Amino acid sequence: MALLEVKDLRVWFPVLGGILRRKVDDVKAVDGVSFTVEAGQTVGLVGESGSGKTTVGRALLKLIPATSGKVTFDGKDILSMSERRFRPLRREMQMIFQDPFGSLNPRMTCGSIIGEALTIHFRDMSASERRDRVAELLRQVGLKPEMARRYPHEFSGGQRQRIGIARALAVKPRFIVCDEPVSALDVSVQAQIVNLLMDLQEELGISYLFIAHDLAVVEHISDYILVMHHGKIVEAAPAGEIYRNPQHEYTKTLLAAVPQFA
Amino acid sequence: MIRRFFRNRLGVAALLAICGLFAVAVTFAILSYLKVPFPQDPNLTNLERKLLPPNPVNWLGTDNLGRDVFSRILHGSYISLTVGFVAVAVSLMIGVVVGAISGYAGRWVDNILMRVVDAIMCFPSFFLILTAVALLGPSLWNIVVVIGLVSWTGTARLVRAEFLTLRETEYVRAARTLGQRAPAIIFGHILPNAMAPIFVTAVLGIPAAILTEAGLSFLGFGVQPPQATWGNIIADGKTYLLDAWWLILFPGLAITFSTLSFYLAGDALRQAAETRIERK
Repeated sequence: MALLEVKDLRVWFPVLGGILRRKVDDVKAVDGVSFTVEAGQTVGLVGESGSGKTTVGRALLKLIPATSGKVTFDGKDILSMSERRFRPLRREMQMIFQDPFGSLNPRMTCGSIIGEALTIHFRDMSASERRDRVAELLRQVGLKPEMARRYPHEFSGGQRQRIGIARALAVKPRFIVCDEPVSALDVSVQAQIVNLLMDLQEELGISYLFIAHDLAVVEHISDYILVMHHGKIVEAAPAGEIYRNPQHEYTKTLLAAVPQFA
Repeated sequence: MIRRFFRNRLGVAALLAICGLFAVAVTFAILSYLKVPFPQDPNLTNLERKLLPPNPVNWLGTDNLGRDVFSRILHGSYISLTVGFVAVAVSLMIGVVVGAISGYAGRWVDNILMRVVDAIMCFPSFFLILTAVALLGPSLWNIVVVIGLVSWTGTARLVRAEFLTLRETEYVRAARTLGQRAPAIIFGHILPNAMAPIFVTAVLGIPAAILTEAGLSFLGFGVQPPQATWGNIIADGKTYLLDAWWLILFPGLAITFSTLSFYLAGDALRQAAETRIERK
C-alpha cells in the first residue's frame, strides 16, 4: 500500500468581486491532481511559478483547506480530519521550506527552533534529553552541536536550510514535503543540500515530495516525476523516462529550458 | 536596535530628560505622601502672599490663594507621569489582545473586531472621555482607565497589521506544520517579532495621555483640587491670565517639556526600529 495517496485533489480560491464582495469566479490553483508516494520513495513535482505545486504541498499538510478530493496517509483519510485529530499525524508529515531566511524565527536560537518540535510531540522528554537530541540532529545535518546557541542571522543560507531540515527531522517523520528547498541557495550549496536529503532518506527511509521548478535538480533526487502546469498534472513518469522520452509539449519546453553544459 | 537608538543624539537627550523627569516625579511622589513641605507645602494657602510674581522665596511666583507655583508643579509631576504610563498600559493591554485576535483569526472575527474599532474611532475621543468622566466622577484612576479604554484602537490596528504580515511568514507556517497550538504561535513566534513597533506606539502614547489629562484638568474634569496637576494649575490660573502670566507659563512649559521628551524619544526609537536590515 502506498504511504500517501492523493486522489483528484482540488484547491480553488474564490475570487471576490463587486461592492458586495460576492464570489464571481475561482482561481483553480490545483485542479484534479492525483498521485501516490511509496514509502522510502521520492516523487518530484516540477512546474513553473504559479503552476500550483506549492499549493499541492500545503494542502497535503492541511496548511490551506482543499476544495475537494481525497488524501490518504498511511490508510487514513486526512482531509476530513479536524485539526485536533490530525495533530498526532503532523509528527509524521513534515515540511522543508523554500526561503532559508524566512523559515526560521529570527528571535529564537537554533537550538530552541529545533527543540520546539520536540516539546510539541515528545512532551515527556526532559530538558537534558532534549538538548542531547538537538545536538544529535545538528550532527545529522552536518552542523556542530555548539551551534545550538546561535541565532539564525549568524548562519549562511545553506546552514539555515540545514537547521530547517533538522527541525523537520526532529519529530521523526515518515514523509516530508520539500518545497523548493534549494532554489534560494547557491548552486554549489544546492548539491550539498540535495545530497544531504538523499543520505537522510537512505538512513531513515523517509519519503519525499520534492517540489522544484528546476528539472535538473529534481531528476537527480526523484524516483518518479510529475510535471504540473496550470493546476493539472500534464505528465507523470519515472525519472529517467521523462528525460529520454518526454510526451507532453510543456515537458519538452521545460527540458529545453535546462541549461546545457559542455 | 538599541545601538542605533544611542546613535541618535536628540533621542539620547530626550531619554535623559525622561529619566530626570522620573527622578523628580518619584521623589515628589514620596515627599507628597510623607507630607514633607519641600520646597514649600504645595497646598498651603497664604492670602497675604497671593499672586506674587517670581521672587526669591517663590521661584515661580504664587497663585491666587498664595500657594507656591514651583512646589505645585513639582508635586503635580507624578500625577502626569502616572496618567501617561497607566493609561498607556491599559490601552496597550486591550489593543494588543484585540489586535492579536483580529489579525491571527482573520475572517469574520477580524471583521467584527475591526468594525468595533472603526465605530470607536468615529467618536471624537476627547468628548467620549469627558462624558465618561462626568458620569463616573473625576478621580485619578477613573480618568486614567477611561483614557486607556478610549485610546487602544490605534494600537489594535497596528498589532493586527503586524500579525497579518507575520502570520504568513514561513516560520509561522513551520510552527503550524509541527502542530504548534495557536497561543504558542501567537506568544512565541508572532508577538516577539512585533514588539518593536508596539513599544514605539506605547512610548508615543504617553505624551498623548498626559496632554489629554491636562486638557481634562483645564476643563475642570481632571484630577480634582486641591491636588495639584499641571493641567489644573493652568485652569486655576486662566482667570488671572492678564495679571499673572507665571501661573500659565511654567506649568505649560512643564507639559511641553515632558511631552516633547517623550515624542522625541519615541521618534528616535521608531527610526531605530524601522531599519530592519539587521534581523536580530
